[in-house]
Parts: sequence; C-alpha cells; structure tokens
Amino acid sequence: MPAAAAGFICAPEMPRGGRFGTLRAFAARLRVMSVVLEARHLRKLYPGVVAVDDVSFQVPEGSCFGLLGPNGAGKTTTVEMIEGVTRPTAGEVYYFGRPADARFREEAGIQFQDTALQDYLTVRETLELFRSLYDRRANLEHIIDECSLRDLVSRDNRKLSGGQRQRLLLAVALVNRPRLVFLDEPTTGLDPQARRNFWELVRRIRADGTTIVLTTHYMEEAQVLCDRIAIMDEGRIIAGGSPDALLRERYRNVIIELPAADAPDGLGGIEHRLRDTDGMIEISTDDVNEVLRQLAARTRGLNRMKIRQPNLEDLFLDLTGHSLRA
Amino acid sequence: MLKRIFAIFRARNREFLRDRGSLSWNIVLPVALVFGLSWIFADGNRAEFTVGVLGGAEAIDEALHPFLGTRYVDFVPVASVADGELAIARHRLDLLFAVDPAPRYWVNPDSSRGYFAERTLLQLDPDARRVAIRGDAVRYVDWVLPGILGMNMMFSCLFGVGYVVVRYRKNGFLKRLRATPLRAIEFVIAQVASRLLLIVTITSAIFAGTSWLLDVRMDGSYLLLLLVAVCGAVALISMGLVVAARVTSEELAGGLLNMVSWPMMLLSGVWFSLESAEPWVRSVAQAFPLTHVLDAARAVMLDAAGPGELAEPLLTLLLMSAVFLSLAALLFRWRAD
Repeated sequence: MPAAAAGFICAPEMPRGGRFGTLRAFAARLRVMSVVLEARHLRKLYPGVVAVDDVSFQVPEGSCFGLLGPNGAGKTTTVEMIEGVTRPTAGEVYYFGRPADARFREEAGIQFQDTALQDYLTVRETLELFRSLYDRRANLEHIIDECSLRDLVSRDNRKLSGGQRQRLLLAVALVNRPRLVFLDEPTTGLDPQARRNFWELVRRIRADGTTIVLTTHYMEEAQVLCDRIAIMDEGRIIAGGSPDALLRERYRNVIIELPAADAPDGLGGIEHRLRDTDGMIEISTDDVNEVLRQLAARTRGLNRMKIRQPNLEDLFLDLTGHSLRA
Repeated sequence: MLKRIFAIFRARNREFLRDRGSLSWNIVLPVALVFGLSWIFADGNRAEFTVGVLGGAEAIDEALHPFLGTRYVDFVPVASVADGELAIARHRLDLLFAVDPAPRYWVNPDSSRGYFAERTLLQLDPDARRVAIRGDAVRYVDWVLPGILGMNMMFSCLFGVGYVVVRYRKNGFLKRLRATPLRAIEFVIAQVASRLLLIVTITSAIFAGTSWLLDVRMDGSYLLLLLVAVCGAVALISMGLVVAARVTSEELAGGLLNMVSWPMMLLSGVWFSLESAEPWVRSVAQAFPLTHVLDAARAVMLDAAGPGELAEPLLTLLLMSAVFLSLAALLFRWRAD
C-alpha cells in the first residue's frame, strides 16, 4: 500500500434534515474533524541509515492515533521529530495548522519510552516540578487520582514498580492539561494486568477530549485503543486508516489454526502456511464448514484448533512478509 | 522564566540534600583537609625553598656569596626591602637575602620553612645578620586556609555540576526536560544557583568552624569575603557547565574535569606562592578563576583589602562567569545520542 494511504482524514458528509439543526451538527462535526497535528514529509537520515523516509499523516482532534510497527521501524524517531526533541533532516510539523512552536511545547504532553526522573524526589515532588515548567497547569490532585497515584505520592520515585512508574510518567505528561498527548510504547515491559489497567487509564484521558498519539508494537493495544493507525516498516508508512476498515478492506476470510503435530500426514489440497515461530498451521478460508469437514478426515483431532478473525499482526505479515515482533 | 528556574533549582537542592553520601563527603573532606594539612604544614616538609635576593637578576650569582649556589633553593630577584618583607610576611618567600653592603637576611619567625632556610644560610655564613621584619607576619595556616577552601570549592563546583549534568543527559532526564517549555539558559542558571547556594553555605560553615578552632586571621570584611566566594563559585560552576555542555559519558567528563582542575590546583597558588614561577606560568595562572579567587580572598583576610582593591579580581571573575555561562548555554546539548 502506498505511503499516500497515511493521509486519511475524510471530508465529513453533508448532513440531511432541518436547516439550522443540521448546520449546527455539521459545524460540530467539522470541529471534531479539525486537525491537531500534521506531519509533512518527515525524513531523518543518520550516517548510512534512512531512519524515517517521507512520513506524512494527520491527527484529528479528539482521536487516538496509533503509530504501529516493529522495533526499529522508525516510530520513535518520527514522534521525537514531532515533539521537537530530534531535528528532522527534512519535513515540517504543524500544530493546529501552524508550524509547531512554543505553543506546541506548552500544550503537548509527552511520555517517552525511557525517561529517568530526578533522583530523591517523591511522586508528588516530581509532578510539582514538571507542573511548574508550564503556564498551563492541571489540577494536581485530579491527576493523582486519575492516574491512581494517591497511595504513592510520598514514595521516592526510584522505588516504584514498572506499572506504577508508567502511571507516574503518564501523570507527568498530563500536568499541563495537554490538548495532545504522546505515548511512546507506554506498556512495554508491563505485565498483562498492568497493561490492561493502563489502557483503561488512556481511555479515561481520551474521554476528556484529549487527543492521543500512541506508538506501539502491540497489535492488541492498537486495536483496543486507536481509532486510526498508521503502520510503519523500515522508516515508511505502509498502510493507514481505522483498524477495522483496514482489516475489512483486506480480509473476508477467517483464520483456522491448529498444531502441525495434529496433521502428521499433511493437509492434502487445503491451502495453508506453517508458522515457524510456534509450529502452528494457518488456514485462511471463507468456507469454514468445508475446511472443517476436510480437516476432520485428515487430522488426529480438532481439540486444539482455533478459529479467529484476522488481526493487525496478520495484516502486517501480509504487507511486509515479516512479523511485527521480528 | 523565574518560575521555571526556581522549580529546577528547588528540585536539584532536594536531590543534593537527600543524597546523604554526597552531602557528607562535601562536609567531611574539607574539614579533614584543613586539620590534616595544618598539622602537616606545622612540620613543614616541602622539598624546595624560595629565597628572595635583593637587587636584579645579576645579584643571583654564586660568586657573590656561597649561599646563592645552594641546591634545592629557588632564588628570585626582589626589587625592594618593602616588597620582600611583605612576601615573607605572607609566606610567598621563605627568606629575603641581601649581599651588599654586608650579608643580611629577613625571615618570618612564624615560618618553619623560613627557619630551615635560615639554618642553611647560617651554616654557610655564620656572620650573616638577621634583620627583623617590619609589619606582622602571618602563620602558614592563615595563608593556606583560603587555598584549601578555594580548592574544595573548585572541586565541588566543577565535579558537582559537571557529573550531575552528564548523568541527567545520559539517563534521559534532560531529554524529558527538553520536551517542556524549559530553555537551556534557564536550566543552566538553575544549576548555577542551586550549586552556588550549597557551596557558599558549606564553605561558610567550614570557614566559621576552622576559624574558631585554629584562630584564623581575618583582617578584612566578612561581607567582602563572602562576595569573593560567591563570584568565585559562580565562575567555577559556569566553567564546570561548559565542560559538561556536550559530554555524554561520565568517564570522559571525569577526565576533562581533572584536566581542568589539576592545573588550577597546581598553578593557582593553593599550596605555595607562584612568586618564583616563570612569567609564562604566572600568565597562564591568570586564566584560571581560582587564581583570582585566592588572590582576592587572601587580600581580604590578610591585608584587609577594601572594595577598590577587589574590583579587578571580582570584575575578572564576573567576566569569566558571563563568558562561561554563555558558552554553556550555546553549546548545551539535551540528548545523549
């Protein structure tokens, strides 16, 4: 899919119905669709490496935009160029239609992938420190409750667990009442429970109307949180749109999985592929009944079989020929 | 701007005060140094002596007197008796010697090194006549105390700021600050202010303690001495920030800071006077902030220097601070990669 697929904000359809009511609704939709952030032809070269190659996309206000890709795809470099932490080799970043400047720094909240905090400060002192650096200031007590830090406010920030630390880093990103929040791989290294709790937290922030830009290599995370995604590989955007639309557009089949060991004599004429990573056979079909009938005759049993819808991992594999977690 | 500077300043102070190891070290080391060195120097064990010879360079000739050929003694020309007496009183010279019209010498009765130089001279020429020096002589500990405090201040300024900034850069804390409205100059000023407060407080406390214990001589104004300490600390901290402006490894920072601090320790007159040093050495020493700090502090403590006499060293220190701070802000790098 061409890189142009990344620019995917659609014009709202003209509403039908009574004149004034519909005009108001149309105006409201236009506001909803206003673009918070736009990256235009971003490019970053390091000696001998093109880290980011002509990346463009727009982020509508109030949305959760996911930048998806394997490690080394260029996601972090892309967001750091947008955040102004890394200087782009070429390209521009626009915030509400104007070049990103001091207003952007004041209104954006950022959670980096790896951030050290000042030693010997408590959670509350850390939040107070960062809050003091902005003119826009959030209610600290509200953020402490929102990020479930109430019991930790007096704890030295070096003594937090992984999940607690991520919640603190998110809280730090919220101290300036940001209109736009960047979350760079926020749940990497968290256990499944902590990850789910974090997703819930992100949902709450988004419900307040904050726009979110999320980078992740977890498919599930992107599918759960994002209403728009751009898939990156080797520094380029290779697909973009809403996760459901991308999958609907490409797949009409379902996927049947079963262990290769359960079909020792092969699958005859059934088209399939063998996953090297876990020794599972994958069959993509739009006629599940027929495939199941054939499998019943050729395998030792179907007790370990799974039937599922295609997901973003499948999409990435199809687009690039390699796994997202490679 | 002030609000942001204050936020960083306060956070850094908290970090320093809660890091007990670092805090204790900053207090224990200089106290140990003062007592240890005052004890060591009470015995006087420096290998070389510096003897002033009245007259020009031609006066330093072994043919004129056998004492002038003594090994391990630096002979330096001294223009007048008054200059020589002051140098002896301030331990810049161990002894002043004149051949004409008859061999005579001036020595500080409180100087252990002067005593040995005198013994050597009298062994070669028992007839050499001792002349009492006019004005009061200071003890070596009075002369060396500003040097020790200044040296401690220098290390604390350079390493305290240098290492911290490099650590912040290496662990990504600076990168995180970069993503806020904080500007490089605001961060730099906050670091200077935080370190300045800590260093001036600690140095003042140590000065008060050692003054009381050792009855250190203080002829001038305490306020002026504090001003000298503040200006000196700002210059030295700013110098540390220049060194740390771009470096990303603590090892390299350590090397660079040592490269800056050791010449200052040796050439700024911490331990001994540069009276007998080559002119180029003295010129190089003028480029070091510590030289001006020590000259000014000794002038206040030992010679009761007033604001007028301190204007030059203080202005020099302020100028150095402005240059170092501008360079540090200009060269400042937020990221490690």
